[in-house]
Amino acid sequence: MEITVKVFGQLAELLSSSQLEFEEVTDTDELIHQLQQKFPAFRSATYAIAVNKKMISGNTILYHGNTVALLPPFSGG
Amino acid sequence: MNQPNERYSRQIVLKGFGWEAQQKLGAAKVLVIGAGGLGCPALQYLAAAGVGHIGIVDDDVVALSNLHRQVLYAAEDIGRLKTKVAAANLRGVNPEIKVTEHPILLDRDKVLELIKDYDWILDGTDNFTSRYLINDACALFKKPLVFGAVSGYEGQVAVFNVKDAEGWASNYRDLFPQRIREEEVLNCTQAGVLGVLPGIIGIMMAAEVIKLITGIGAPLTNSLLNYHLLTNEMYIMALTPSDVGRSLIPESEESFLQLHEQSLFPFVNKVREIDAQELILLYQRPSVLLIDVRDHGSRPVVLNFEHVKIPISAIKEEITGRSEQAFVLFCQHGTTSVRAAAMVKEVWGSSREIYSLQGGLMRWITELNLVH
Repeated sequence: MEITVKVFGQLAELLSSSQLEFEEVTDTDELIHQLQQKFPAFRSATYAIAVNKKMISGNTILYHGNTVALLPPFSGG
Repeated sequence: MNQPNERYSRQIVLKGFGWEAQQKLGAAKVLVIGAGGLGCPALQYLAAAGVGHIGIVDDDVVALSNLHRQVLYAAEDIGRLKTKVAAANLRGVNPEIKVTEHPILLDRDKVLELIKDYDWILDGTDNFTSRYLINDACALFKKPLVFGAVSGYEGQVAVFNVKDAEGWASNYRDLFPQRIREEEVLNCTQAGVLGVLPGIIGIMMAAEVIKLITGIGAPLTNSLLNYHLLTNEMYIMALTPSDVGRSLIPESEESFLQLHEQSLFPFVNKVREIDAQELILLYQRPSVLLIDVRDHGSRPVVLNFEHVKIPISAIKEEITGRSEQAFVLFCQHGTTSVRAAAMVKEVWGSSREIYSLQGGLMRWITELNLVH
């Protein structure tokens, strides 16, 4: 199973990459947990989550080939 | 504008646009909030395209560091009100349209008054307090809102409060239900911005406004677009309703005012803004603390008067332990310091004198003998 995580804005700096690959992850909660373990600073980040380009508001099951996007808020103008 | 006009001939001739779309633009009233990096290019193109009535909201004056991205302003405009310069510029580009200047700091009362007079709102502000204020007011009045924002090399564009085929209309709280604290995210002063990025995003916002008014194409209704300048990648995500977000949208003007009472605006209004001369006078008084709220290492450097450095993210915590009678806060352009001063006001109320340097250090480099 392969899950691609796309990371936007300042989150990419926090996670040191704009794209990460995961193999063993069953749902979005577990994915977030794994990211928090790997990148402690990610715990305090604010972001919206999309699975296959659709925003989600609760835990969502992930399938092989899914792309998860993590999008932080931007305020600059 | 009663008959086809040579000014618009190149867009009227467009297939799918025509005289009908041009008339819709001429009848439209668009409010552009924030005449900065996003607002300037959006204003230019909306005016040139023939939007009949454009309102401009901004309380700031032009600064040298604006000029690399805020393309309506010239070097000779430094220190002048942005609304005044922008409006004069737009009237020059297109004398056939009406341009209204609103040189005000948007607060919860003014936002309700203002958006009632316009049909389409464009949010080009630079802070979350304003963005949630505008979002909630537009959601309350069901005013179509074109949102745009930048961070680093990336930008976001979205269209809110416009119903899709299923009759659902999203707003910013479907994306980020809880108001974001300013200190969670770096702004342009802190993070920097390449001038062309707000140019691109501001023009995309203007394009969305034009599409919405004229009914052409597929606007970003209930969608959010992320643009990356370095890779040219565009990523569009569909929004979904958020129960939490929904529950936080005010249902009446009263509940809107209540919700935003907790914002800093009541405090911002009570902050006294001072000029360099007043700052020098205050500095000579006993028990006055000068506070630099910029990040460490910012320029211009302040060497010739004693001060402490407290970034805005730490101001509330640090200020509670201070015994001085008066606080003078300053930053680069006077916008962060007003917000910081409002936070100090929230802590101390009227038991301390609280001042913010209007226009920030950049405006008073000569008067304060600052080092670049």
